[in-house]
Amino acid sequence: MLEINNLHATVAGKPILNGLSLTVPAGEVHAIMGPNGAGKSTLSYVLGGRPGYEVTGGTVTFIGEDLLAQEPHERAAAGLFLGFQYPVEIPGVSSMQFIRESLNAQRRARGQADLSGAEFIRLARAEAAELGMDVDMLKRPVNVGFSGGEKKRAEMVQMGIMRPRFAVLDETDSGLDIDALRVVGAEINRIMRGPDRAALLITHYQRLLDYVQPDRVHVLAAGRIVRSGGPELALELEREGYAEVA
Amino acid sequence: MTALALPTRKDEAYRYADLDALGRVWADLAQAREIVVPAGEAHSHVLLAANEAVEVHRARLVIQPGASLDLFALNGAAEYGRIEMDVEVREGARFTLNAANIAGGKATQEIVTHVRHTEPNGTSNQTVRSVLGGTATGSYLGKVAVARQAQKVDGEQSVKAMLLDRGATANCKPELEIYADDVKCAHGATVGELDPTQLFYAMSRGLPPAEAKALLLEGFVLQLWDDAPEDRRDELVEASRALLRRVAA
Ligand SMILES: Nc1ncnc2c1ncn2[C@@H]1O[C@H](COP(=O)(O)OP(=O)(O)O)[C@@H](O)[C@H]1O
Ligand SMILES: [Mg+2]
Repeated sequence: MLEINNLHATVAGKPILNGLSLTVPAGEVHAIMGPNGAGKSTLSYVLGGRPGYEVTGGTVTFIGEDLLAQEPHERAAAGLFLGFQYPVEIPGVSSMQFIRESLNAQRRARGQADLSGAEFIRLARAEAAELGMDVDMLKRPVNVGFSGGEKKRAEMVQMGIMRPRFAVLDETDSGLDIDALRVVGAEINRIMRGPDRAALLITHYQRLLDYVQPDRVHVLAAGRIVRSGGPELALELEREGYAEVA
Repeated sequence: MTALALPTRKDEAYRYADLDALGRVWADLAQAREIVVPAGEAHSHVLLAANEAVEVHRARLVIQPGASLDLFALNGAAEYGRIEMDVEVREGARFTLNAANIAGGKATQEIVTHVRHTEPNGTSNQTVRSVLGGTATGSYLGKVAVARQAQKVDGEQSVKAMLLDRGATANCKPELEIYADDVKCAHGATVGELDPTQLFYAMSRGLPPAEAKALLLEGFVLQLWDDAPEDRRDELVEASRALLRRVAA
């Protein structure tokens, strides 16, 4: 579903990704782990097409298409979802409006009809309930006044409503207490597990992987994948630290 | 009616005006509207100035003791829009102005207020948001004058402008003229641009660039209308949306 081949990228002229290769087949969940500053968030922004993150070499193919040739909103319509490490606040715009307009823009790009107001509210209510979130939270401005954990849960509600084919979740586990972690883990399984979906979990710690069993674990260091393995690699990293393993 | 001479740029209140456009309507311009809010009454008023290419609105308002006036004004004329008011705030009276300039292309829009606190215990609160694209100019010239005998007055001005293009200009001039010594007055003015992180977040969710911009701008402007009279609020919201979509495109 996602094939990254020898990807190089710079930020503000500084090389951050240095020949990163990674393939995530449909139906699988992969984890990327690595020390601070390794380039994990940079990878997620490059996949999302964030301005300022310049690709200087390599290719990325997403569901058979050249991902890097697409604008950020086209990538979303193609089924890519980015869970932000630091979800962004948008004052004055309710989550309801934000998500509805985004979803309808995606649907239009795919040649589907807009969801009506009533259809959307029904969907939002159901997805918020799955997360144990009061739907009234979604009437508030996007992420404004939310705690760190609430922001991460709100990202999962967006993901549930949008039903992407592929999710890149950047440290979705940070800022969550153990109960929230369990709920979010269950949500990732519910939303992203399936024969024609896949996900890439970026995480610092093993603990999220107790709830979302990855098919493969990769270690990112200095902008490249330096090791890959099965779920046991995450445990080994937890025990021995990145310096030993990578 | 004696025809007054067209103002010139030397006149401080017309410093940023489009005098050519003003000249075209000057002869037919109605006299300033006189509105008196009777003592103890609470009124609200909506001014939607976004239909003609040139819109000039002038008013003289008197808010009698203990009365209040909430004014909601949308300035959106395609060529030249000017909303000008002289407001007298009497004892214990309250004046609130929520206003927006939304201008693209080569438009000039301005909101010019002169709020005079002539008696004690009055409150005035002005919130102005400007969204400016193309080579448009948007101005807020707001003078708050507090007379010597007008103690315990509270006068606030919050002025923010958002520039969408390099060629757009914002003039923000909140001004205080205070002769009383026991008053609380505050003003803040900021000029900024759309936040690239917010824009990327919105686009990453599927919004094309112009739609993402328009949505962020709605967040910047539409809060002005939260307390507008219920029967006019939708109209203000829809007119603002249409104007924002045009300047963001
Ligand atoms: N906007 C930026 N400007 C300059 N350097 C950046 C920027 N964003 C990230 N970096 C640098 O890129 C490297 C990788 O950062 P990041 O991708 O955030 O790492 P991780 O998510 O793995 O902690 C770091 O050295 C960081 O300082
Ligand atoms: Mg990071």
